[in-house]
Order: sequence, then structure tokens, then C-alpha cells
Amino acid sequence: MNYLAAIGSYFIMIREVFKKPTKWRIMKSLILKEIDELIFGSLGIIIFISFFIGGVVAIQTALNLTNPLLPRNLIGFATRQSVILEFAPTFTSIIMAGKVGSYITSSIGTMRVTEQIDALEVMGVNSLNYLVFPKIIALCFYPFAIAIGMYVGIFGGWLASVFGGFCTSADFIEGIQLDFIAFHVTYAFIKTILFAFIIATIPSFHGYFMKGGALEVGKASTTSFVWTSVVIILVNYVLTQLLLG
Amino acid sequence: MIVVNDIHKSFGDSEILKGISTTFEKGKTNLIIGQSGSGKTVFLKCLLGLFEPEQGIISYDGRDYSSLTGDEKRDLRQEMGMVFQGSALFDSMTVEGNVMFPLEMFTKQSKSEMQERVDIVLKRVNLIDAHNKFPAEISGGMQKRVAIARAIVMNPKYLFCDEPNSGLDPKTAILIDNLIQEITEEYDITTVINTHDMNSVMEIGQKILFLKNGLKEWEGTNKEIFKTDNAAVTDFVYSSELFKKVRQMYIEERN
Repeated sequence: MNYLAAIGSYFIMIREVFKKPTKWRIMKSLILKEIDELIFGSLGIIIFISFFIGGVVAIQTALNLTNPLLPRNLIGFATRQSVILEFAPTFTSIIMAGKVGSYITSSIGTMRVTEQIDALEVMGVNSLNYLVFPKIIALCFYPFAIAIGMYVGIFGGWLASVFGGFCTSADFIEGIQLDFIAFHVTYAFIKTILFAFIIATIPSFHGYFMKGGALEVGKASTTSFVWTSVVIILVNYVLTQLLLG
Repeated sequence: MIVVNDIHKSFGDSEILKGISTTFEKGKTNLIIGQSGSGKTVFLKCLLGLFEPEQGIISYDGRDYSSLTGDEKRDLRQEMGMVFQGSALFDSMTVEGNVMFPLEMFTKQSKSEMQERVDIVLKRVNLIDAHNKFPAEISGGMQKRVAIARAIVMNPKYLFCDEPNSGLDPKTAILIDNLIQEITEEYDITTVINTHDMNSVMEIGQKILFLKNGLKEWEGTNKEIFKTDNAAVTDFVYSSELFKKVRQMYIEERN
């Protein structure tokens, strides 16, 4: 019953976020600040993760190609498919649920604890619009970060394959061009946009409606990470079934 | 003027406010006192519109809050200033940014007009050199003064303060009390202060409302509180030996 009430509250919160918008002059600067914090501030970790995941996928694929009849370009093919379909959009989003999600929950939760949200409400500001809307808009740029992650992941796979001696550069490049289906990239970006919305709103919900003090801010951050990850994984399954199944 | 008539507020099965009626007059410092759990904070939040009472009427200069539309409620809130217990300053903004915030949100003033207004109110609360400091870089007393500046920057009709002296040393607490009283009289606003501080009660309590278990137990002025025979009030206000002696001396002097 509590879960149902929380789901209901979440959707009511989403409706409130889009009501009574804040002045554009102020909103614009809030959006730019959030883009800097949430997108540019995450590029480093996205690049780091993608690079090494791409490398590991390539090495593991190469080590499993024990049959000499299997072409070496499969390493590039498997790396491309894994990185574009899952690792860049889903795996990175779960990491982002931890990094960005915790930041969102703790920053909004701290504002709740220190009565800053009450201060906004007393002034007549729609606090949900002021706090959550800029995060949703900023995370609309998340697919660009994931696109960089895809590129870097495949590049990491190429480096690991070529310099690890698993295949030649030509084999790898042939592999990443093999049977390329453009819709797979579209599918990955559709997922990414939905994940971005989830990463912006679920942690905001946990921060905004938290009760208690500093300890509860920490607990809310953990809970928000768990629920954001769970929802990302469920949505990933449903979208995959709908779009590729 | 704020008129409160028979308000009730419950959370689940627990009735916190059990029918409070009173009047907070314009140009006066109205204090709400009472033990922890007496319903002071809930009462103040009802006055601010953060909680809606299940029963009763709160009227702001003739405007019944419960009968206002959503937009009218927001407009009314823009006539209110609030000083929170912990100041509730926005951490990411400088002192100037905090005070300018309501002007940026709700007025169409130019940057220079806003700057001029911010300078006036910061000067009024005796904060001249703190414009570019962040809340974390200033003392608790200065934070309270910034909160007061932010609360009055829009020329509010109603000023609410929740424990404005908590965490302050006695000297700073008196400065804040005097500042609130001066601003109340100067701007002719209706000020309601939620406090535990007996110094404030004695110094600036032009009207005092004593709550007990969600009910109005007593109301009067800081002069009358010396003379009252209400046992609940005297137990609460004169709980320390010092205050008991002060009261005794006052009564003896008068006799």
C-alpha cells in the first residue's frame, strides 16, 4: 500500500513540476547551472567507464573466440553491439543513478532539512518547478554524453584488441561496420532519454519528500539510488521487448 | 491584521490545534509562546498557508485564506515575509543573491533598481560589508539579519519569525529582537513571532499568545504577563529561579 501511495505521489509531483513555471530569466540560468553540474560534471566518469568497459568487452570476446573458424572481426562486432545496445545506455545510466542521483537527492534533501524549500513555498514559488524542472531539461542533454560514451567504448575496444594483439585494426574496423543496424542506435537513444527522465525525477522525489535530519538525507540518497536502478532495469526490459522483441 | 477564528488541525488521529481564536494587530509584535508540542509551529505554518486547517478561518486584512483561489493564495504569500529558525538561506547564493531573490522572482525591476533596494534593506539590518559572502561564511547572527532582510525586501504586510533568537548569544538575540520590533513599527506590518525566549517576551511582546495542548491558554501584553495569576503561564514563563525573583521584585515594587 505504501508503494502504491509513493507511486501516486511521484506522478502528482511530476504534474506539479510542469505547473506555474518560474520566470524564464531565472530558469535559464538554473538550467545552464544544472547542465554544467549534471552533464559536464559527469563526462569524466562516463568516458572513464566507457573506455575500460569497451576494452574489457573486446578482450573477453577475443578470449572466447577459441574456434579458429570464427573470424576475428567478431571482436569489433561484439564490442559495437554490446557498447551501443547495453553498456553505454544502461550500464552508464546505473552509474549515473549513483553519481547524479545521489547528488540530486542529497541537494534537494538538504534544502528540505534546512527549510529552504519551505522558504521557497512561503515566497509563493512553485518549489518543484524551481528545483526539478531545470534538472529534467539539463538531463535532456544526457544522450549527447552517452553518444560520447559509445564512441569512447568502441575506441577502448579497438585499443585493447589491437595493442593486446587479439586482432588487427582492419579486422576490428570491419567488425564494427558489419551488419550495422541504424535503429539500434535509435533504440539506445530512446532508452537514454527515458533513463535521463528517471535519473532526474526519482532522486528528486526522494529528496523533496524526505523527512528528518542529516542522517535521513544519507538514507534517502541510498534509497533513491536503489529505486532509480530498479526502475532503469525494469524500463530497460520493457523497452527492449517493445522495440527489439 | 490577521484574524484567526476557531482553527483546528490534526495529523492522523492526533489533534494538534483544538480551536484557536485570536487577532494579530498591525504594527505590533505578536508573540506565540508555549511548551514544545503545544502546537506553536503547526499554528505558525497554518498562518503561513503551509498547512491548511480542517476547520476555522484565517483572515488576512479581510481576506479569508480558505476561500482564495490558488493564484490568489500565491499572491497573498508574496505579501508575507518569513524568518525561519535556521535562517533557511539559499546556500548556493551570496548574501546579496539571497536578498535579491524575491525581487528577481516577482518583480520586473531592472538590475540597478533591485540592487538599490537590496542595498537599502541590507543597510537597514546593519549588514554593509557582507554582500558577496556566502551564508556559510557569516555568523549565525548575521545569517538571521540576512533572513530578515530577505523577508522585508518585498515590503511585506505580514512578517513571521520562527524562533528568531535560537542559537544566538544573549546580546545578539536582543539586537535581533530590537531590529524586528523597529522594522514592525517602521514598515507598519503585522509581525508574528514564535519563540521560547523569555527575554523576547519581556522586551518586545506587545501581544503574547500562550498555547497549551493545542488551545489558547492565555493572551495579553508583556506588562500583563507579570501580573497574571494563570498558573500555566507563570509555571512556563517563570520556570527559572531568576525570572521568579524578577517577578517577585516587580510585584513588590508595584505594591
